[in-house]
Amino acid sequence: MKLKKALVFSSALLSSFAGLHADAHEHGDQKMQHVSITQIVEHPALDAVRNGVKDALAEKGFKEGENISWEYQSAQGNPTTAAQIAKKFAGSNPDVIIAIATPSAQAMVASARNSNIIFSAVTDPVSAKLVKAWGQPSPRVTGVSDLTPVDKHMALIKEIVPDAKTLGVIYNPGEANSIALVDLVKKHAPDSSMKVVEAASPKSADVQTAMRSLVGKVDAVYLPTDNTVISALEGVIKIASQTDIPIIAADTDSVKRGAIAALGFNYYDVGRQTGVMAAKVLSGTAPGDIPVQGVDKTELYINLSAASAMGVELPNSVIERAKEVIQ
Amino acid sequence: MISSFALFGALETGFIFALVALGIFISFRVLDFPDLTVDGSFPLGAAVAATAIISGLHPLTATFLACIAGSLAGIVTALLNVKLKILHLLASILTMIALYSINLRIMDGPNKALLGVDTLLTPLDNLSLPYYIAYPIAFGVLALIVLGLLVAFLKSEVGLAMRATGSNPRMAKANGVNTSLMIVLGMAISNALVALAGALFAQSQGSADVTMGVGVIVIGLASVIGGEALLSTRTIFLWALACVFGSILYRLVIAFALNGDALGLKAQDLNLITAVLVTLAIIAPNIKAKLRTTRA
Repeated sequence: MKLKKALVFSSALLSSFAGLHADAHEHGDQKMQHVSITQIVEHPALDAVRNGVKDALAEKGFKEGENISWEYQSAQGNPTTAAQIAKKFAGSNPDVIIAIATPSAQAMVASARNSNIIFSAVTDPVSAKLVKAWGQPSPRVTGVSDLTPVDKHMALIKEIVPDAKTLGVIYNPGEANSIALVDLVKKHAPDSSMKVVEAASPKSADVQTAMRSLVGKVDAVYLPTDNTVISALEGVIKIASQTDIPIIAADTDSVKRGAIAALGFNYYDVGRQTGVMAAKVLSGTAPGDIPVQGVDKTELYINLSAASAMGVELPNSVIERAKEVIQ
Repeated sequence: MISSFALFGALETGFIFALVALGIFISFRVLDFPDLTVDGSFPLGAAVAATAIISGLHPLTATFLACIAGSLAGIVTALLNVKLKILHLLASILTMIALYSINLRIMDGPNKALLGVDTLLTPLDNLSLPYYIAYPIAFGVLALIVLGLLVAFLKSEVGLAMRATGSNPRMAKANGVNTSLMIVLGMAISNALVALAGALFAQSQGSADVTMGVGVIVIGLASVIGGEALLSTRTIFLWALACVFGSILYRLVIAFALNGDALGLKAQDLNLITAVLVTLAIIAPNIKAKLRTTRA
C-alpha cells in the first residue's frame, strides 16, 4: 500500500513536470527574449552585481516585461542547488544566462552546453576553467572578472610618483590571494618602468619590520589587499611619513587610514559592465567574440594630508579624478 | 517551466545523493551513530578526486582514492568515539571542521575546476544518447549496484554483527561481537560512500569547491526519513531502497520549488518551499490513513 501511494505521489509530481513543459516555449513567438540570472548566495556584493546587470540592460533598451523576461534563482549558499539551477536553465535555454560567482558559473558551464553564458564577479576565470584565456573566450562563454585591476594601480603609482624606479610590495606569503596579486604586480610594474622589491610579512607583528627593510631601497610602496598587512597598516604609514616614502594601497578603506591613494571599484559597476555585455549578446553578438573583461570603472580615493606627510604633491589630474578627497 | 533537462538533472543529482543517503542510512540507522562527518567527507571526496585528476591520474583511480580518503575520515570519527570516548555527535563535528582545513590543503585553494578535463563521465559524452540522459542512467545503475552490494553485506555475518551493534550493543557484545570494530568498519563504509558521491558530483558539475559540503547531512537525512515515510522498511532491502527513493524525491521537490515563480514566489523562498514540500510528502500518507480511520 505504501509503495502504491509513493508511486502515485511521484507520478503526480512527474506529470506536473510534463504539463508545465508543454507551455515552456509559448513565449517564443512574441519577440520576447529570455534572460536567466543566478547567483550562489544572497550577499550584498553579489546582489549589487545583479542590480547592476538589470539597470544596464534596461538602459540598453532591454526592459523586463517589455522585451525581455527575467528569471532569477539563488542557490541559497548550496552548491548542489546551484547544479540543479544550472540544469533548469539548460532546459529552458534562455537567450543569455548570467552566472554570478565562481561555483554558479562552473555549474552553468558544465550543464548548459548549448546556451550563451556570461559570468560575473569571478576573480580568476582561467584557473576556474571557464575560459582558456582572457582574450580567447569559449564560443559561448565570456564574462567580467572582479580581479583587482593591478595594471591600473601601477599606472596610478607612476602618475603620483613619476620618477619612481623601484616599487616595494609588502605582503603575507601565506595568503594565496596576495601571492596572485604580487605576481600581477611583477607582471605589470615593468610596463610603468618600475622594478619590484618584495618584503614578506607572515604576521601582523612583522609588517613594520618589512616596511623598514624597504627604506632606502624603494621610491614608493604598494599595499595589495592583504589581510595581514592591512591589519597593521598604521605601522607602515608611520614609517612612510618619517622617511617620505609614498604609500599607495589597493583598497579605498586604507586611504581613510592614511595611504595616499587607492583605486577601488564597486560591485554595482561590475554588474553594469556585465549587463552591457549581456545586451550585446541579446543583440546577436556571440559570446565568443567578446573578450573577457576586467573591472572597467574604478573609484579613486585620495588623502591630501597623507600625501604632504609623505612628501608628495598630488598632480591636479589625479585630484580632479578623485571620487573622494580626504583632507 | 520544468523541462526534460531539469527532470533528468534532478534524477542525476538524486542518484548521486542516493549514495549519500545510503551512507547516512548505515551511520544513523544501522549503527545508530549520528554522524555529521559527511559535511566534510563529501567535499573531501570531491577535493581528492579533482586534485588527483588534475595531477594526471586516471579518473577511476582518482575516484577510488576519494573513497579511501572518505573511509579514513569515517575511521577518525569512529576512533575519536570508541577509543577516546568522545560523544559520537561531537566526534563527528570535530572531524567535520578539521576536514574543512584539510580540503583547503588538498586543493591548495577553495576551488578546483574540472571543466574541459577528462573525467569518468567523458566517455558518456560520445554516446548516441544525449549526455543529460546518459549521466542519470549511469548514476542510477551505479546507485543500484551499490544498493545491491550494501544489502548483501548487511545480510552477511559481519553485516548482521554490525546491525546488532546498532540495535543492541550490550547484547551484541555478549554474543562475542567486537562492537568497536563494527563502528569503525561501518563509519568507514558510510563515509567512503559519501566521498564517492562527492567525487562523482565534482566530476558531473565541473568543479570541487570547499563549500560543497554545506547541508549534505540535512539533504541526506531528509532523503532517508522521507523515503522511510513513503515506502516500506520491512526488510533491509526495502529500507535501503527507500533511501534511494527519498533522495530522488528530494531532488524532484527542489526542481519543482525552483518554479515557485509561477505561484508568485521569489528566489529567496526556495529553501522554505523545499521544506514545506518535503514535509507534505512525508505526512501525506499519515493524513490519508487518519482520514480513512476517522471515516470508518
